[in-house]
Amino acid sequence: MIREALLVSAVLFSIGVIGVLTRRNALILFMCVELMLNAVNLSFIALSRLHGVSGQVFVLFVMTVAAAEAAVGLAIVISVFRHYRTVDLGRIRLLRG
Amino acid sequence: MGTFYTVHFWLFSALAIGAALAMVTRKSPVASALWLVNVMFALAALYVMLGANFLGAAQVLVYAGAIMVVFVFVVMLLNLGENDVKERRSMGAALAAAAVGGALAAELFIVIRSAPQEMSTLLPVDSDALAPLANSLFTDNLIAFEVTSVLLLVALIGAVVLAKRSKATGEART
Amino acid sequence: MISTSSVSQAVWLVPLLPLLGFLINGALSLVPAWRGERGDGIPAGRRTLVASVGVGVLVLSFAVSVWLASIVAGANTEVSSTIGEWMAAGQFRVDWTLRVDRLSMLMMLIITGVGSLIHIYSVGYMADDASFARYFAYLNLFVSFMLMLVMGANLPVLFIGWEGVGLASYLLIGFWFGDTANAVAGKKAFVVNRIGDFGLLLAMFMLWVNLGSLDFAAIAEGHSVMSTPLITAICLFMFLGCAGKSAQLPLYVWLPDAMAGPTPVSALIHAATMVTAGIYLIVRNAALFSAAPAACLVIVLVGALTAFWAATVGLKQWDIKKVLAYSTVSQLGYMFIAVGAGAYTAGMFHLVTHAFFKALLFLGAGAVIHSMHHAFHETHRHDDAQDMRNMGGLIKRMPATAALMWIATLAIAGIPPLAGFFSKDAILGAVAERALESPLAESSLGPIPGRVILWIAYGLAVATAFMTAIYMTRLMRYTFHGTFRSGDDVAASVHDAPWILRAPLIVLGALTLIGGWLQLPAVIPIGPTGLLDSWLKPITGAATTMLAGRGHLSHQTEYLLIGIAIAVAAAGMFTAFLVLKPQTLTTKAAAPAETGIGLVLANDYFVDSAIERGIVRPTVSTARKVLWRGLDLGLINGVLVQGSAHAVRLMSSIASRAQVGFAGSYVWAIALGALVVIGTFVFQAGR
Repeated sequence: MIREALLVSAVLFSIGVIGVLTRRNALILFMCVELMLNAVNLSFIALSRLHGVSGQVFVLFVMTVAAAEAAVGLAIVISVFRHYRTVDLGRIRLLRG
Repeated sequence: MGTFYTVHFWLFSALAIGAALAMVTRKSPVASALWLVNVMFALAALYVMLGANFLGAAQVLVYAGAIMVVFVFVVMLLNLGENDVKERRSMGAALAAAAVGGALAAELFIVIRSAPQEMSTLLPVDSDALAPLANSLFTDNLIAFEVTSVLLLVALIGAVVLAKRSKATGEART
Repeated sequence: MISTSSVSQAVWLVPLLPLLGFLINGALSLVPAWRGERGDGIPAGRRTLVASVGVGVLVLSFAVSVWLASIVAGANTEVSSTIGEWMAAGQFRVDWTLRVDRLSMLMMLIITGVGSLIHIYSVGYMADDASFARYFAYLNLFVSFMLMLVMGANLPVLFIGWEGVGLASYLLIGFWFGDTANAVAGKKAFVVNRIGDFGLLLAMFMLWVNLGSLDFAAIAEGHSVMSTPLITAICLFMFLGCAGKSAQLPLYVWLPDAMAGPTPVSALIHAATMVTAGIYLIVRNAALFSAAPAACLVIVLVGALTAFWAATVGLKQWDIKKVLAYSTVSQLGYMFIAVGAGAYTAGMFHLVTHAFFKALLFLGAGAVIHSMHHAFHETHRHDDAQDMRNMGGLIKRMPATAALMWIATLAIAGIPPLAGFFSKDAILGAVAERALESPLAESSLGPIPGRVILWIAYGLAVATAFMTAIYMTRLMRYTFHGTFRSGDDVAASVHDAPWILRAPLIVLGALTLIGGWLQLPAVIPIGPTGLLDSWLKPITGAATTMLAGRGHLSHQTEYLLIGIAIAVAAAGMFTAFLVLKPQTLTTKAAAPAETGIGLVLANDYFVDSAIERGIVRPTVSTARKVLWRGLDLGLINGVLVQGSAHAVRLMSSIASRAQVGFAGSYVWAIALGALVVIGTFVFQAGR
């Protein structure tokens, strides 16, 4: 079952990558990133069957960090939206260097 | 493991993958969010099937119940319509993205396939899935635990500061 | 070689006492309250303290030297003292060792003895100078280094002293550095010396590579393990160092310019001690030099040419100190003739007598200049106090000084029974003796036989003696006799030297009178003969024999040579009285320009301008155009420094184009990067 779970995780991860590469809406892009995180969580839990409970501990941390990141990230999106009136990433080029 | 188990495993896997595909392709952010919630539920089921009961519950509570709720709140707040973001994309770009994604998946498949066959020595599943987790959390990973709590505090403050409107002019603080 | 502890400690006292004087006076000279106002000098009380320290350490040093001399005169002819190891690298080892043997004892007595007299003189001469303390500090420093030079038991310690006296000379020549010309003269001295030092360093390197040691004791034995061409090369390089320090052709150009310093400095450094370091070096390594006859012939030739050259220039100098400067160069040439011919005793003898009479001449000239300066000051005139054309008839106003300077003049001209006659005759006699028959005459310098060179040297030396008599008599006639040319009002203000200036002159005069007793020749049976010879025999005896052979002149030949010497000296003085017409002289301001051969001589054969045009200017121009503009500004600054900055800027402008600001492209980059990284693991694992 472990191998199958890992395969599923890989597929989910790749779907997330495609989504990140393709979408221009900031919020949807963010959600694709969350999808990738979840895929990784799945593989951690699958492998914790082999290597002990530390895999699950790590999943806990990932969830926590994802929560924090989501909060801050969405706050940023809101701030940017207030300024640019859009969440279209093609139109936001603040990082241009 | 039994067929009951296998069938349900693949069922939930298919659900997860399908919901993920759906999420990635919706035009409306709200729809995407709801499909993501779907993915989370399917994954929670998979976690439980893999023996991480507590984490399955945590997935539902935290991820689906809190994080995704925040997402939906924000989407509603920004009040974006379906066509707010012009996502006309050339065929080439989409194919390229698909190629990259596909290549990535292929590479991961190869890695997973080439792993050694000793998947039989699975650790036994405790009836109580929580105690070993808690033990490990509060002894081996104590520092990480403390740091994470600080991280949450920081994120809390940061989010409030970032999203707050400036008092004087009512403009956003950028 | 004895090494009892009290004697060993005493050995170190000799150079360290003046060093202590330097430190004390140097510290005092830095205190602002002690510096004095310009033109007022420093208060008398402070002057007394500085003078007591400065003179006191030197007198003490002299006393210790005398005591050491009494020890070394006995059976134990050598005292050495080591206080520690200096350099050690593998098998190479150099210690801090001083060695007092009869040769260095001789030098030490001259340095501390004549040095003490000059220090006492300086107290009077520099009394009005605001930098009184600094002067004595530098003077003590010089003496300390000079003592280290002559007392060192190995070449590195000698070299410390060698360089140190160069430094002190620079500091003292440029003592009145407010006038740029003085500073330039000091710089010139230092730079020219450096060229010579390069030669000495090369000699040291060659000695170490081939011999493994730089101790004089080892060098004295070492000539047996090195081949003659190698020894010749080492000796020639050493001689280059001597030529720099002792002002021989072509490195003599700094000595006339060095007259810019205070006159006592000229007396001490540029007459009696520093310039004799080259002679000392050769005599110290006599064993080495006598094993390389070709090098010795070179030294003889260069010495003879220098003596002749400088004497011709001295004939046409008007500055009283310049005459003495060129005279010093000429007399040094004599000493080199002697040591080149292997007559080490004769060379050292002339070194000692020259120290006496040349110091006397310089100090006497200093007294004259001092008086003239005061006289001009009192009558508010601004003429040159050093030019002989502004003087004349001073014997009426300064009889004591005149008398003493006449003693010195007779000595340098070579009139018996003064010291100069004996030493000059010793040299001439030695050269002739070797020219007639000796191993040195048998050897050759390339295709030229040694005999030819020795006879040429003899001829030049005799001619030089003739000219020496002329220009010294000229100096005395123009300065002290005839009528005073700068006016009666100035004449009235000219006084003879005060006692503090006169006393050292008297002592030196006495030494000049009796100095000949050091080395009386056997043919003149008026006293004990060959004292100096037997004093130095343990050190130079063997080397002398190597070059001189067992040749012994017959008494007739000896009398003939002495007769020639006296005749030449007398003829020179007579010519000077006959030919020169001081009554046709005018003051410097009204003097006509020189013409013809006079012009050439007065300008020292235009050597200085030749060096300026031929060497200095091309070097400076190369430095400026090639090395500065080309290499430094162009290459290092332009290409390397600014070029690299430009390159970085260019690369960054290219690279910053990747910062599009469009988050999507960043994501692409991440994804592709991850793909590649995982891919490497995949394909590595598959291998």
